[in-house]
Order: sequence, then C-alpha cells, then structure tokens
Amino acid sequence: MEYFTIVTSAIFVNNIVLAQFLGICPFLGVSSKVETAIGMSAAVVFVMTLATIVTYLIQNYILIPLNIGFMQTVTYILVIASLVQMVEIILKKVSPALYQALGVFLPLITTNCAILGVAILVIQKNFNLLQSVVFAVANAVGFALALIIFSGIREHLDLVDVPEGMKGVPVALLTAGLLSLAFMGFAGLVK
Amino acid sequence: MTQWKNFTKGFLRENPVFILLLGMCPTLGVTTSAINGLGMGLATTFVLVMANLVISLVKDIIPNKVRIPCFIVIIAAFVTIVDLVMAAYFQALHEQLGIFIPLIVVNCIVLARAEAFASKNTVLTSIIDGVGMGLGFSFALTILGGLREILGSGAIFGHKFIAGDGILIFVLAPGAFIALAYLIAIVNKINKSSI
Repeated sequence: MEYFTIVTSAIFVNNIVLAQFLGICPFLGVSSKVETAIGMSAAVVFVMTLATIVTYLIQNYILIPLNIGFMQTVTYILVIASLVQMVEIILKKVSPALYQALGVFLPLITTNCAILGVAILVIQKNFNLLQSVVFAVANAVGFALALIIFSGIREHLDLVDVPEGMKGVPVALLTAGLLSLAFMGFAGLVK
Repeated sequence: MTQWKNFTKGFLRENPVFILLLGMCPTLGVTTSAINGLGMGLATTFVLVMANLVISLVKDIIPNKVRIPCFIVIIAAFVTIVDLVMAAYFQALHEQLGIFIPLIVVNCIVLARAEAFASKNTVLTSIIDGVGMGLGFSFALTILGGLREILGSGAIFGHKFIAGDGILIFVLAPGAFIALAYLIAIVNKINKSSI
C-alpha cells in the first residue's frame, strides 16, 4: 500500500514536470515530435533509476560515514555526469540498436534537473533503498507521461491558426499550463 | 561592443528567461511571490558572477576536452557556498526555495554563460556579463513572481493591497505556465516594436 501511494503520488498528484517544475528544459525542448519524446522518456527512465541507486549508495556509505554531507551537490553532479558518459559507452558496445535510439538524448540528460532533483528528494524524504528505486521509476514514468502527452498536443498545435504574438513558445507554455490544470484534478487521489 | 551594452543586454534584448528560455525550472518553480523570485535571482547572480570570474581566469589551464566537467565542478562549488550561506542567514527563504538552490548547478544559464562567454573573454568582460545576465534573470523572476503574487493573493512583496482571496490558480502550478506564456508574448511584442 505504501508503495502504491508513492507511485500514484509521483506519477499523478505531484507530477515531476507539471507540479514540481523539474525537467522543464527537455519538456519544452524535445516535445515537438512524439517520436523524439518517446526516445527521451526512455533515456530518462533508464538514467534516473540508475542515478538514484548510485547516489543513494554514495550518500549512505560514503558521505554520511565521512561526515561530508555538504559535498552532496558536487558529488552528485559529478556522479551523474560520469554515469551518463558510462551508460553511453556501454550502450554503444553492448546494444547498438538501443544506442541508436537513445544516443542523442544521453548527453542532454546530464543537465536535466529532474535527475539531480530526484536524487536529492530521495535523501530529503528519508526513503530506504527499495522506496528510492520505486520513487525514481515512478517519477521517470510521470516525466514520460507528461512529455508524451505534451508532444502529442504540440503536433496538433502546428496545424492550428494561432494569433501572431502567441506563436511558438507562448502557446506551448499555455498548453503546458492547461495540462498542469488537468493534472490538478488528481489532487484528491492521495493524501 | 561597449561594456555598457554588454551589461544591459541581459535585461531585454538577451534576457535569459524571456528570450533565451534558459533556466526555466527555477523560473516556474519558485516564483510564487516576488520575494522568492528576487531571492532565487540573486542567488543565481552570485553563482553566475563567481563562476564567470573563476572560469575566465583558468580557461587557459583547462584542457579543451574536459572543460565541461571542470566548469560543472567550479559551478557546483559556488552553489554549495550559496546553499550553506543561505541556510545559515536566510533560513525562511532557504526553506521556501528548497530543492531549487542545489539545482542552480544544473541551471542552463550558468553553464551556458560559462561555455559561451567566460571561456572566450577576459576577466572583466566576463564579470560584467555575469552581473548583467544575473540581474536580467532576477528582474524576470521578480516580475513573474510579482505578477503571480498580485493576481493570486492581491499582495506585493508580502504587503496586501487588494482585499479578498485573489485568483488562487496563479499561485498554484498551472498559473506559472500561464503567467509566463503571456509575459513572453508581451516581451516579444516590445522587442519587435523597438527594432
């Protein structure tokens, strides 16, 4: 039941993009086509889960025992950056097909604040390892859901006659606002 | 380009939020009130200026291939300083901004200015660029925060001047997107008519 709460809360109620405003850059940047949105989502699911596990272990077995908690930000960003590089190299060797699909999105992920954000949130919420993994996967799915819905809407938006001043970014942001409004409907789902 | 132009470009012509669309996460996430926007803006300005200063000093020592990781470590060091200082002296604001303080490290503006400007220019020019861009970012965040505060709770910087509850939606998540959409449209209009 506890895990069910974590999952529904992360995907619907506190959606990482639409309610917590993490990962807005890729949300606006790679959402013009559904295909690229799916690729980006897959890469985020993969990296977010890995990064959260690794940073969780580092926090609890290195930073806390050595009493250097203040190094959190520096350590995390370095770990995430090198992890992304490593994933890229391994994928290239092991699964060229997957690399083809995710390759271009991997470098972009380092500066996706959703990854670092989730890694820090897990520590702030005092989750144990299993809860952290569930939380990371659920948030990544939430990100994917928001991104794919948004890109679907944006594809249709291209065909619509938008007022001159609102073309491009403003109308995309308005759409995101309405989507966020729709997600607020889930608010009563989890206490 | 004169230094004055270099300084002022961050406000409208190359405003990081309205024109370059960098650093959108803190822009949308913390601007529930004008004071939060200003606090976040100034914290980012400090990191921007210090990172630009250090990076323009060490740009010749850093090998080209590993420059991005080096930049990130320098930025992360200053973000940690800001985080600790704010936790010590501005506890209430620090709690309000929460996770977005450590996230300055992945704010695209800081890395973008480091990569596109500080790594190619002299120390003084880089500092001025950092101050200008930082104040432009603070300016945008304060405007957006102020707008949302006025519409959402009828107050500005915590001083209530309209009786009643205001339009609650502007303080909640969707209001951030909607308010920013119209602000960007207005800035585009201003920029178009001034050229």
